[in-house]
Amino acid sequence: MTKRTTDVAGEAHSEGGLVFHPLDQFKVTPLFGDGPVEWYTITNVTLWMALAALVITLVFAVGSRGRALVPSRLQSVGEMAYGFIHNMIEEVAGHDGVKYFPIIMTLFLFILSANFLGLIPMSFTPTSHIAVSAVLGFGVFFFVTLLGLYKHGLHFLGMFWMSDAPLVLRPIIAIIEVISYFVRPVSHSIRLAGNIMAGHAVIKVFAGFAAIAAISPVSVLAITAIYGLEVLVAFIQAYVFTILTCVYLKDALHPGH
Amino acid sequence: MEGNIAAMGQFIGAGLAAIGSGAAAIGVGHVAGNFLAGALRNPSAAGSQTATLFIGLAFAEALGIFSFLVALLLMFAV
Repeated sequence: MTKRTTDVAGEAHSEGGLVFHPLDQFKVTPLFGDGPVEWYTITNVTLWMALAALVITLVFAVGSRGRALVPSRLQSVGEMAYGFIHNMIEEVAGHDGVKYFPIIMTLFLFILSANFLGLIPMSFTPTSHIAVSAVLGFGVFFFVTLLGLYKHGLHFLGMFWMSDAPLVLRPIIAIIEVISYFVRPVSHSIRLAGNIMAGHAVIKVFAGFAAIAAISPVSVLAITAIYGLEVLVAFIQAYVFTILTCVYLKDALHPGH
Repeated sequence: MEGNIAAMGQFIGAGLAAIGSGAAAIGVGHVAGNFLAGALRNPSAAGSQTATLFIGLAFAEALGIFSFLVALLLMFAV
């Protein structure tokens, strides 16, 4: 994926047209030197993922330092995030899902802060790459599948065999259920990357229009409006990713419901 | 008239794939509109259903994003 993005952007550059290409911002470049991008190369993706982790650590370390009865600003941010995710898991996955709170909280915070950091101008959004979001999506998929198999054994496969459907329909439903189960990680990860990438590309397209003097005020206004929308999308996509993780977790904990 | 027919097919295909985004917009509008209609009839039940709303929105939106992705792939990656 990383390789392809570089190729794509490079190719579009030579064709001319827009001054900069809307997808140029997703180019993965090494931080030090310009060698080829190998799996161990420290790139801007690495940098912004590390920054996302750093921001989370800072917010929660500084926020929880005071432990005041009347919370400071940072402390209430931390408390709100904690309560938000805790409620979500309890509501969607049930009470025994709370045991898996740490992994879900981590996913939410990582995606949220990566999305928000990506909104800083000239920054880079790791979650806009399918390579990044697929690791998260498939990680969740393998986690819930293995968890379901571990908890329920072969009983877990009963999820695909609807025992309350007519007997003739059951094999057909089983095939559909299996397909939809294996499409889950794909849609789970592409939803996140696609939304973020589309939003950022739209902003860049409008920025391209700003070069034409007659319509530049309109495009500046449009960028402002879309930026506001993107702040919303950044949160909603993190929220959707987490809540779907909770839904999949519920299926693993209570198959056949 | 010049250019090759493959590039033409690519661009037409990308344009056709982009129709899917509009279809997804209709779907998302349906979900949100029906939620609002239901929420205004029974506001006390609305709060507990926002999670379902977002799941429905996400599923409807994902397919639009797929078609957008196909359009992008046709434009830049083929």
